[in-house]
Amino acid sequence: MTIDQFLLLGSIVIPAVVSLLLFSGLFRTKDSVQKLAYVAFLFPFLAGIILFFRFDHGIDGYAFELRNSRMGLQELKINFHLGLNGVSSPLFAMAGIVGLGAGLVAIHSGVDRLPLYLALLALMQSGLMGLFASVDLFFYYLFHEFALIPTFIMIGIWGGRDRRSVALEITIYLTLGALLSLGGLVVLNTFADADSFDFPSLSKALAESGIFESTKSKIFGLLLLGFGILVALFPFHTWAARGYETAPTPVSMLHAGVLKKFGLYGLVQVAAPLLPEAAQEWSSLLLWLALGNVLFVGMVAIAQTNLKSMVGNGSVMHMGYCFLGVGVCSSLGASSAIMLMVAHGLSVSLMFLLTQFIYRRTSTHEMSEMGGLAKQTPILACFFVAASLATIGLPGFGNFWGEFGVFLSLGEQVNNRIFLFLAALGIIISAIFGLRAVARIFFGLASDELQTIEKKTPLHDLNLTEMIPASVILIALLWIGLWPRTISPRIDAEIERRYESAEKIASRNSILPCCPINDSNGSNSTFFQPLD
Amino acid sequence: MEAYLPFSQDNLWYEIWPELALAVGSLVVLGVNLFSKSDSKTGFSGVLAICFQAGLLVFHLFDYLAWHHTFDRITFSGMLSHGIQGDVMRSFFLLASLLVSLIGHRYILKHSLRIGEFHHLVMLASAGLMLLCQSSHFLMLFVALECVALCFYALVAFNRESAKSLEAGIKYLIFGALSSSFLLFGIVLLYGVGANPEVWGASFPGSEARDALSFDYLGDLIRENPDHLLLRTGIVLIIAGIAFKIGAAPFQIWVPDVYHGSPMPITAFLSVSSKAAGFFVLLNLVNGPFAGAKDFLLPLLGFVATFTIFFGNLAACAQRNIKRMLGLSGVAHAGYLLVAIMASLIFPGDSDRAVWVLFFYMFVYLIASFSVFGVMSLADLKDDNEHEFADYENLARKHPLFGFALVCGIGSLAGIPPFAGFISKLLLVSVAVEAGLYFSLAAMIIGVVISIYYYFGWVREITFHPRPIVKDDEPKHDPWNKLSEIGVIKFVLITLTVVSLVFGIWQGPFGDTF
Repeated sequence: MTIDQFLLLGSIVIPAVVSLLLFSGLFRTKDSVQKLAYVAFLFPFLAGIILFFRFDHGIDGYAFELRNSRMGLQELKINFHLGLNGVSSPLFAMAGIVGLGAGLVAIHSGVDRLPLYLALLALMQSGLMGLFASVDLFFYYLFHEFALIPTFIMIGIWGGRDRRSVALEITIYLTLGALLSLGGLVVLNTFADADSFDFPSLSKALAESGIFESTKSKIFGLLLLGFGILVALFPFHTWAARGYETAPTPVSMLHAGVLKKFGLYGLVQVAAPLLPEAAQEWSSLLLWLALGNVLFVGMVAIAQTNLKSMVGNGSVMHMGYCFLGVGVCSSLGASSAIMLMVAHGLSVSLMFLLTQFIYRRTSTHEMSEMGGLAKQTPILACFFVAASLATIGLPGFGNFWGEFGVFLSLGEQVNNRIFLFLAALGIIISAIFGLRAVARIFFGLASDELQTIEKKTPLHDLNLTEMIPASVILIALLWIGLWPRTISPRIDAEIERRYESAEKIASRNSILPCCPINDSNGSNSTFFQPLD
Repeated sequence: MEAYLPFSQDNLWYEIWPELALAVGSLVVLGVNLFSKSDSKTGFSGVLAICFQAGLLVFHLFDYLAWHHTFDRITFSGMLSHGIQGDVMRSFFLLASLLVSLIGHRYILKHSLRIGEFHHLVMLASAGLMLLCQSSHFLMLFVALECVALCFYALVAFNRESAKSLEAGIKYLIFGALSSSFLLFGIVLLYGVGANPEVWGASFPGSEARDALSFDYLGDLIRENPDHLLLRTGIVLIIAGIAFKIGAAPFQIWVPDVYHGSPMPITAFLSVSSKAAGFFVLLNLVNGPFAGAKDFLLPLLGFVATFTIFFGNLAACAQRNIKRMLGLSGVAHAGYLLVAIMASLIFPGDSDRAVWVLFFYMFVYLIASFSVFGVMSLADLKDDNEHEFADYENLARKHPLFGFALVCGIGSLAGIPPFAGFISKLLLVSVAVEAGLYFSLAAMIIGVVISIYYYFGWVREITFHPRPIVKDDEPKHDPWNKLSEIGVIKFVLITLTVVSLVFGIWQGPFGDTF
């Protein structure tokens, strides 16, 4: 086992082991619990960063591969198989960064039953790292569930208002999505009859097998529905904002920031390139639904008076852009979607983090009960303004490149330009709610409620334990924004390889949907052109 | 004398030594109980029974795994047939009866019920179940089934002090008798046609006359005349009789009441062993004698499976009593297992895969059920039949170990990773996809999602903060306070939980079996 493989495996195993130790109740003092928890969140963070920079752009397929064929069901050709490719390596690093942020908040949150709290969160972190590191589809799903189940329990125990009913609602909703996508994956595996249940062999088998078009289309529909529910695609988005509002902040950060990328990652890695014709068939429906996310949920976000609920709705709204990128079915769209996923994960978790910091000072999430905070807490205000601008998609932050790429890919095809126009309206919407929140919270006069709180305990600015997680995430966000080349070449290389082979399948089978594509740019990036 | 020799030559008694040993052991237990005066207090006969069953299980596993005692063989003039599947089911029933005895021992002593009879009946019923699963003759099948049913009638009504238990006993007796009569009527129809096919307008399979009740002969007959009305009626009646046993809709109506009233270990016994036996018999029948009527059976089973899944899950949602809820969720599980049976019908020729998936599912169900019932049997309630959700409030904090075991059991029943239940559901889904049973698959997925409501509702009570207590309330009786003599059950629960987790994450060598 090389050092890279050790880092990859360790980032999954170490948080899981820490979680078990914390569960076991051997560590009782607050100090030892906290130290142990630091290990669980620091290791994946470091491993993510190191592996990110050690990743070789030119590699075809997976780096740092690790295999164990004894683990997993032989009968379904499941192997334990880890590795990172161009798409998963930035997401893996992002999961480490957000995990560290969430972990630090949790460690210093002072909730009751802290060991259990940290144990569940560490388990979640282990699942998140494993999710992006798995090559095998079964373990990809299994790790997702590892991360999902602590979510339910943590909402139920430490959640806010209505936690009992919210926990039940989100459990049922997400189980439905998870089961549908599992069904889709199993059907895909059965029909493709691949050597093993992992991404590369599955795509190879699918390229060679002659599954009927109608079957492929149905499988894609099933996957889209399942993954769509998990990613809160309109109209299956209702669980998301409510869940995030109720969940404790670290859970909201990890779920909205990282875990929700599961479905999109699945669509980009599995569904769209493996079933290209089917993806094209579903494309227009997907684009309309994604617009629903952008416009409808965006409007809902404008209407919120509760800060956390607004952030939650905003995160659901921006997932719409990722869906638009995937829905275009071009390599440009898909790679921009991945770029946006990374940036969105960072910016959303930063927003939730800052929401929590504001709550610590004002004891409320209602924006009408805040105001004028910038005077007492200038650093917090700086962070919040930066995070809001990032979510809106201002140049300088990672989100800009993602959204920009998605818009470009929409613009490439003439009949998609209506989507481009409508999606661009979303920028205005997010500017409205983002900037209005800044104005309501940090500027103007302090509300009466805030003044009474202030009289009792004077407001203090961010302390060090609060500043570190926020800065880590913000630095990563700025890094991608100012130097997108750190991640874009590897995404491009991987996505182009995938979509190229998809294009080959499409052209070889020569069963193309009859959609007139006027490729005005003459570029190769739209891969569904009918070949003469 | 010479003429009878061929009959006795294939009476290979040593082939059924586990059943014989169990039956003899049960008599010994009864004898010890009879002649020892202090037994009802010390429970010596129970300890004896547990040790005996554990030894038998180990010995049987050696016999079956290490000494390869697994070749197919027909004994007792075609009454019984032994093979690897029968041996797997033997281990299953031995394990189940051992667990029932383990869980039941403390329960029976605590409720001062008759300890000797309890273990005697459990062992006898298990011996009957083991024979039932190896029968290849309808006469044997019926006799073994009645042997099991008689034990269960007594066991369900075992708590004679409780009106609920007696009510459950009466209900089980009536419905059991009804199901037996269905089964018997079906057998008689098949026999009637089989003994003299020409009279009933059916064609005679083969040339020589054979035993008209053996699975072999009836299989040929049905393959020859798949459209014969009387034969079909017989098949439907036999399947109806078995559907009672497994609690498949529309014959599931007794399930909640009987589960509700029975003593806790017997509820577990009913929900695991009795159901598994029904499934194995059904599997044997549809792949053996009834295989010829496949085209007719598939839609029938499909309807029953879908109806069962929806009825079980929807009805369980509405229950406030946990024993009833578990009964109805067991009905839903019966529906999932029926899908596996359908898949085994569809796979051409070598149907082993679906069969092994069915076995795996039943084993996982056994493990999960016993960890749930094991924890439930500990609760110190005023009326042991009335397990409400509120009784489990905050269990995870009061007793972390029991809370964890219970949550693992529930998670496994619900099919949530990383528990074994998830793997069994995954295998079931994959088998259903391969067999092309998309409609049943859809019903299954919807059913599982519905089941999350009641399973998670229970987990919610166990793990989340309790509801705030109003000061004026009179202090509630805490069923988890001061539990005594729980060492053995602790060990059992830890083992079951570990097994469930291991199967969920690392199938390793077991994965090759499929």
